[in-house]
Amino acid sequence: MSAHQKTRVVGAPVHRKEGTDKLLGRARYIDDIEFEGMWHGATVRSTIPRGLIRSIEFDRRIDWSEFAVVTAADIPGENHIQLILADQPCLADGQVNHCDEAILLIAHPDKRKASEAVSAVHIEYEPLPPIFTIEESEQQNVVVWGADNVLKSFLLEKGDVDSAWARAAHTVEGEYRTGAQEHLYIENNGCIAEYGKDAGVTVWGSLQCPFYVHKSLVAVFDLAEEKVRVIQTETGGAFGGKEDYPSMLASHAALLAMKSGHPVKMVYDRMEDLAATTKRHPSRVRHRTALDADGKLLAMDIDLATDGGAYSTLSSTVLSRATLHSPGPYVCPNVRIRSRAWATNTVPYGAFRGFGAPQAIFAVERHMDEIAAEIGMDPVELRRRNFLHDGDTTATEQLMREPVILDRLLDSALAESDYYAKRARFSIENNKNAVKRGMGIAAFYHGSGFTGSGERYLNSLAGVDVTPEGKVRVLVSSTEFGQGTNTILTQIAAEAIGLDYDDVMMAPADTRIVPNSGPTVASRTSMVVGRLIERASKQLVARLHEEAGLGERFTRDEFFEACNSYRKVKGEVVSLCRYEAPPGIYWDDQKYRGEAYPAYAWSVHVAQVAVDTVTYAAEVEDFWAVQEAGRVINPVLAGGQIEGGIAQGIGYALYEKVLLQNGHMVNNQMTNYIMPTAEDVPPIHVYFEEIPFSHGGYGAKGLGELPHDGPAPAILNAIRDATGVGFASIPLLPEDLCRGLSVCESVEEPATI
Amino acid sequence: MSSNLASIEITVNGEKRAVHVPPMKRLLDVLREDLRLTGTKEGCGEGECGSCSVRMNGELVNSCLVPVLQAQGARIQTVEGLAQNGEMHPLQKAFLSCGGAQCGICTPGMLMAAAHLLECNPHPSPAEIREGLSGNLCRCTGFARIFESVVAAAAPTFKEAHAR
Repeated sequence: MSAHQKTRVVGAPVHRKEGTDKLLGRARYIDDIEFEGMWHGATVRSTIPRGLIRSIEFDRRIDWSEFAVVTAADIPGENHIQLILADQPCLADGQVNHCDEAILLIAHPDKRKASEAVSAVHIEYEPLPPIFTIEESEQQNVVVWGADNVLKSFLLEKGDVDSAWARAAHTVEGEYRTGAQEHLYIENNGCIAEYGKDAGVTVWGSLQCPFYVHKSLVAVFDLAEEKVRVIQTETGGAFGGKEDYPSMLASHAALLAMKSGHPVKMVYDRMEDLAATTKRHPSRVRHRTALDADGKLLAMDIDLATDGGAYSTLSSTVLSRATLHSPGPYVCPNVRIRSRAWATNTVPYGAFRGFGAPQAIFAVERHMDEIAAEIGMDPVELRRRNFLHDGDTTATEQLMREPVILDRLLDSALAESDYYAKRARFSIENNKNAVKRGMGIAAFYHGSGFTGSGERYLNSLAGVDVTPEGKVRVLVSSTEFGQGTNTILTQIAAEAIGLDYDDVMMAPADTRIVPNSGPTVASRTSMVVGRLIERASKQLVARLHEEAGLGERFTRDEFFEACNSYRKVKGEVVSLCRYEAPPGIYWDDQKYRGEAYPAYAWSVHVAQVAVDTVTYAAEVEDFWAVQEAGRVINPVLAGGQIEGGIAQGIGYALYEKVLLQNGHMVNNQMTNYIMPTAEDVPPIHVYFEEIPFSHGGYGAKGLGELPHDGPAPAILNAIRDATGVGFASIPLLPEDLCRGLSVCESVEEPATI
Repeated sequence: MSSNLASIEITVNGEKRAVHVPPMKRLLDVLREDLRLTGTKEGCGEGECGSCSVRMNGELVNSCLVPVLQAQGARIQTVEGLAQNGEMHPLQKAFLSCGGAQCGICTPGMLMAAAHLLECNPHPSPAEIREGLSGNLCRCTGFARIFESVVAAAAPTFKEAHAR
């Protein structure tokens, strides 16, 4: 694949595949779908963070014969949601481990009656002591998970960290914290389930990973795989929030369908969705860094802790990605990273765009600016002296084989943002203005695809077929939830076959129709699945050349004629390909060493921030994002991914605070969980450098998560530049700024936890 | 319980409709459940996200906050009423080509807010666009391409169609 390969469809700003339906208001999301005789489900949840269930009583004023009621005792198979470990019950059985844990399910033909009945179920508990913070979990005075509260730990060692301190010209320490973050997809979690004794379970839902849901349902119902069918409906945003939770919700709806004998719909309202579903892991990262007199890194000693909540869910893989991103895009001969995910009695934290990387990158990129200040070096220069280049090795001893162009990205970001001139100007203006302005940067990579051996284990299968009606269909379980799967994959198939974009469509994301191309997560769809579609499409054309007389050059009509004659002989026209790891990619799970990711996307962000020292409002005034994420398949969609990710990152830095009381989210409304609005998001200037990755779909690498990694550190670095105060914790709200700028010391911390 | 129902007549997308529903039923639910116009979405149920935005007698409202009784006799326009004679509204075309819609769930409400904005102010400044759309939350786009879509739709070529 050359950098200059000419393409017709790949790289073109074709319209979003399902865009017309969405714009006309006829796209069907889960709550738009009604079934004949459908009932509505509701969930009775724990009101305490930890305890034993002593009794469950049903209010006699309600005629319960109208309702279907499901408890753990009704589960025909395993009372566990299948993910990495099966420690999370589908319904609490005897004990609850977090507030809002599902205990009992109710269904009724009338949606309002179903939700009203929730408060008519009275549960008595014998409380057990709960823990809510990383620190409480570390103390292990109360053990709430396993033998020691440790959901997962990693130790990564390169070189000899301990001997470096003595040689260091500078040693800089810092501690950085990030809060939970809510996905706030505008469409809440929802699904509809149907159950038949012979037919088994069918679920329609707003979800990212049909085969994850499938796996859980097979276990919960103890059914053969072919008796479970999962169909994704149009999904109104996900961001990781519909990666694992739909397995829970689908199980609940399906249990109610079984019990009631009716199709059952469960669509959460906003308050329930916010209180009961996953969020981004809170984190605490400690850095101790040794540098020589020239500002070159000698040693990085990193201690990373995340709060995983009450069950393990995805905490181990989130922790792994956090660990692998925690040293930043720098060369360092001696690295030690000790990381642990701790159990607490809160709703389990889960997948969220970036998957541990934003937490780790916040810490290291804030730390770089603290180092720069400490040793008296320009923060840009400090980064430049330590950047990874091709030929270098990372903390896991991964050799950078593909080009690394961080210097170019940095140069471009500095030039586009007019970084130095603005810093100089602001430093003068700030002396006389109450509004202080500053510029901040962040440089980072994001590993594309599953971590380590993940892609090998997934062993994804994907392909294309051609229908008798003359449409090419992309066969994947990769789903569309706004990020562009439908468009990107059909572009790739059209390009590889030699057809027009309009000749290719997506097969329905239905586990009975499509193969398992893996989950739609980890910035893997364009790179990994896109590559499979490219290969399968080319394989199809090759077969038609060999077996159906298709000429080397062909028209659209000749292609479909060849398909018809192929179909007459073979019965169907289908071409599937299975994942093959790029050569030289090897990961050692035991030693936690090797090729952590098949490829990396690279980026430099620059934030221009204004801090009002009267109101303590911090505003991002302008933002620049320069990135190299391989080939850009669709410039409009790619730009939209970057802009949307940055807006979410701005919220993460400055607005979005999950407030827990007794482990329950108390600001579980859009009124008081604040995300950036149209008036809060600055102009965002997006630039792509394209270096095609030889093993990605038409050269693509992962893109979707990358933009969420940089805004928080860039913004807080800009605030440091503006005010001289290095804040180490996000979200950074006006009251925190007020406290930190030490003008108003009477502001009290709101009661949390 | 029919005594608790109210007879409501509303004109939806130019068509007279009559429903027999509880008077406090939300306009949103009447549109979605009784009239099966599911283009209008619920995001928060408390008037924060704007996904349920419709136009009522020419005003932009959150239909989750309007008891249907209050809409008695009103003219309602929903996303389904934007396209005319099979032709997309200029805003719909612009959202499609500029990338103004990603997951699409906020899109119907966003389109209604944008249509209302352009009807009140055919050539809004960037600040006016931001202000006009500030009651509609989008979690996917970061708003940039939505602004671009509105600007594209407000351009002279679209002016005539948009004056409707």
